[in-house]
Amino acid sequence: MEGIKDKVAVVGMGCTQFGELWDKNHRDLMVDAAYEAFEDAGLEPKDIQMAWYGSRESGFTGTQLASALKLEYIPISRVENFCAGGTDTFRNACYGVASGVCDIALAIGVEKCKDHFGGFNMDILEPFDRSMTEWDGPPVNQFAQLATRYMYHYGWKYEDLKRIFAMIDVKNHHNGTMSPKAQFHREITIEQAINAPIISYPLGLFDACGVSDGSAAAIVTTPEIAKSLKKDYMLVKALALTNGAGQAVLQPEYDFLHFPEAVAAAAQAYKEAGITNPRQEIDCAEVHDCFAITELITYEDLGFSPRGKASEDVEAGSFTLEGDLPVNTDGGLKCFGHPLSASGLRMIYEIYHQLQGKAGPRQLKKADMGLVHNIGGICGFFNCAIAILGKPE
Amino acid sequence: MVGITAYGAYVPLFRLSREAIAEGAKGEKSICNFDEDSITMAAAAAIDCLNGIDRDTVDGLYFASTTHPYKEKLGATTIAMAADLKTDILTTDFSHSLRAGTSALKSALDAVKAGSAKKVLVTAADCRLAFPRSAFEPNFGDGAGALLIGDTDVAASVEASYSVYNEIMDVWRHENDSFVRTWEDRFTLAHGYLAGVKEAVSGLMKKFGYSPGDFSKVVLYSPDGRRHTELAKSLGFDPKTQVQDPLFAVMGNTGTASPLMLLVAALEEAKAGDRILLASYGDGSDAFVLQVTEQIEKIRGRRGMKKHLASRKAVTDYKDYLAWRGILPAEPRKETVVFLSAPAIWRERDANLRLHGVKCKACGTVQFPPQRVCTHCHTKDQFEPYRLSDKRARVFTFAMDRITSPVLELPIVTTTIDFDGGGRMQCFLTDRDPEQIECGLPVEMTFRKLPMKGGIQSYFWKSMPIRT
Repeated sequence: MEGIKDKVAVVGMGCTQFGELWDKNHRDLMVDAAYEAFEDAGLEPKDIQMAWYGSRESGFTGTQLASALKLEYIPISRVENFCAGGTDTFRNACYGVASGVCDIALAIGVEKCKDHFGGFNMDILEPFDRSMTEWDGPPVNQFAQLATRYMYHYGWKYEDLKRIFAMIDVKNHHNGTMSPKAQFHREITIEQAINAPIISYPLGLFDACGVSDGSAAAIVTTPEIAKSLKKDYMLVKALALTNGAGQAVLQPEYDFLHFPEAVAAAAQAYKEAGITNPRQEIDCAEVHDCFAITELITYEDLGFSPRGKASEDVEAGSFTLEGDLPVNTDGGLKCFGHPLSASGLRMIYEIYHQLQGKAGPRQLKKADMGLVHNIGGICGFFNCAIAILGKPE
Repeated sequence: MVGITAYGAYVPLFRLSREAIAEGAKGEKSICNFDEDSITMAAAAAIDCLNGIDRDTVDGLYFASTTHPYKEKLGATTIAMAADLKTDILTTDFSHSLRAGTSALKSALDAVKAGSAKKVLVTAADCRLAFPRSAFEPNFGDGAGALLIGDTDVAASVEASYSVYNEIMDVWRHENDSFVRTWEDRFTLAHGYLAGVKEAVSGLMKKFGYSPGDFSKVVLYSPDGRRHTELAKSLGFDPKTQVQDPLFAVMGNTGTASPLMLLVAALEEAKAGDRILLASYGDGSDAFVLQVTEQIEKIRGRRGMKKHLASRKAVTDYKDYLAWRGILPAEPRKETVVFLSAPAIWRERDANLRLHGVKCKACGTVQFPPQRVCTHCHTKDQFEPYRLSDKRARVFTFAMDRITSPVLELPIVTTTIDFDGGGRMQCFLTDRDPEQIECGLPVEMTFRKLPMKGGIQSYFWKSMPIRT
């Protein structure tokens, strides 16, 4: 197995404003995201040979994308992998190019979450079956259960864990003030975060990301074509995807202190990219901060922090814009909200710009290798996608 | 000898102070939680009754209630599933009268006597609604009783029975009514309750040659806290020494379940040789004479009435009670589950209602819900059913959610629990005190109703702190 490393290049990206976009439908958002990507790549819609369209609940079948952009009679597959859908859509487009069946492919993710009572509907089968009205709530309680166990296992006092969560919340809100396309643009304080109303104990309002509408798109091609289009294209270094086998809720051995799906995906990705010391070799990361506990545990799952020690790195400021491994430089899900299938591509958009040196006031000094991580679902049934992008040599 | 071979009861954890309903009213009444109904309470009483008894030996389950969730759909079958009984047994519902509990008892005695069944489990439960602030409202309590009827190892044999009916509009509820109606009590008591029970009890004593002094305990259904005393006196019993306390101060009138629950309370105090008289009321009366045997000492290990009554939590806000009963409308949930599927409900019935997990025949690993491929050794389709409803567990972790919730219970507690003997499950925690939940909390399983959807009342199991 050779893997994907250096076989596919990103030449164009687009991203809409994220937020409560009451006046736009999913097609409007895809037009906005795609045309920004076309302009960035110097390409036209007719140049797209194949496309992948990520949507959890904002339209079925490739026709939604084809009709929005008038892409006439090219193959388009719809991708759905819950919160990992955006990054997985990108992954599929990259594989299309790497396989040689097409030279230029479009990956686009879109979601109109705010059309669904402010969240997302659960009108899906497994693991939400229709034999009872039992688990009919949003997944927040699942992440809260990890937070409870994390607190118990490591002997944390509630107040102390909340302070660590608050430091993550404050960091992401700070970064979001510098992201014009984010949903939220205001600083918060540690005290505000700690004292906010509880959403799902022990997670409070500021420990949770927002819910928003949005779309983001990427145009991928071969490195050879990329060179002909622009200098500052980026190369795909790794693509990983794992899907939970339901084991966490079957086996008492599962500790609720890590995401096995993320640990496995990270191992795949690092192997493919040839990374042996992620803390050293990765310059910036966009991780799935749906809740503060997710970001905290993800530091450990991705090998940025030793197991059980992520809080020490949080306290040291390691993941701030000034730290040695800035995480969620654009404000993350915390500030962008989480339109499921759009998030992964929005995160790739940020890494792409950091690597290009075009991230504006939040630009990092050194950004040669960046990582994107998404995880979503419920315990046992998480889906995790990781993408690693790097500058060409 | 045919009679009671085991007993069980269920009183919900929650008690509403009568003061919260009517100023100056004394005592408290038992109220079921928002996720309980007559079926879940009857299931709990049935399981209490079956403690230590091989469930495969039960070959009938009767359910009596005037508060059946369905007008057309048996409740006994749902209870039989929750109690994990085999399917080739008698099941039927008795309804439409507060006498239905003793009518079910009479039918079970007759079935065993006739030889058509060896062991019939009789359950009765009620959670009747009174018009808010009416005179009935402080009186009505919620609860369930269960009696296992058989002809071996009889703890209280039924020596005689006698029934009368009287056609009267004293207490009723039309198909379109939610709340129980009544006429002026001076009329209804005189010509309904007092006349009906007196006719049955005196008829019984006359027919079988008993006199009031022959009974160590008289168990009389009572519509309120004092009428049974008046009745007992008029029948020649001594209210001080002979009459079972109708438990009005601590529970209230539990309707169809009341005679069975009061009988359980009497049996808990009874000793071999005691003779008990039981009489119900509802469009007439069923009266029974029971003779307690030495076997009574062998069936003590139950929660029954005493332990259930002792395990209580006060509800002080009348509005909580009104909301739980659906009298105060709750804001409709933002719909997430679009519909319930009858085929899915049917297909998952053993997992959802019996709480059957599976145990891998190859490696012995217990798993819930049932799997096709073993979580541990990956062997395919080599499983045996494994009942989890009677296993205790510990909370591994939990969340206390304020947004997932039906607003009837904030926060709603979700748990991941690990069963003693193996197996893990995610479920809600009910009858909980948010202050006392922690990792490692010991829990037991309880059968509860879920939100209604499309006219379907679905049920599943929740964890709850062990009731002590």
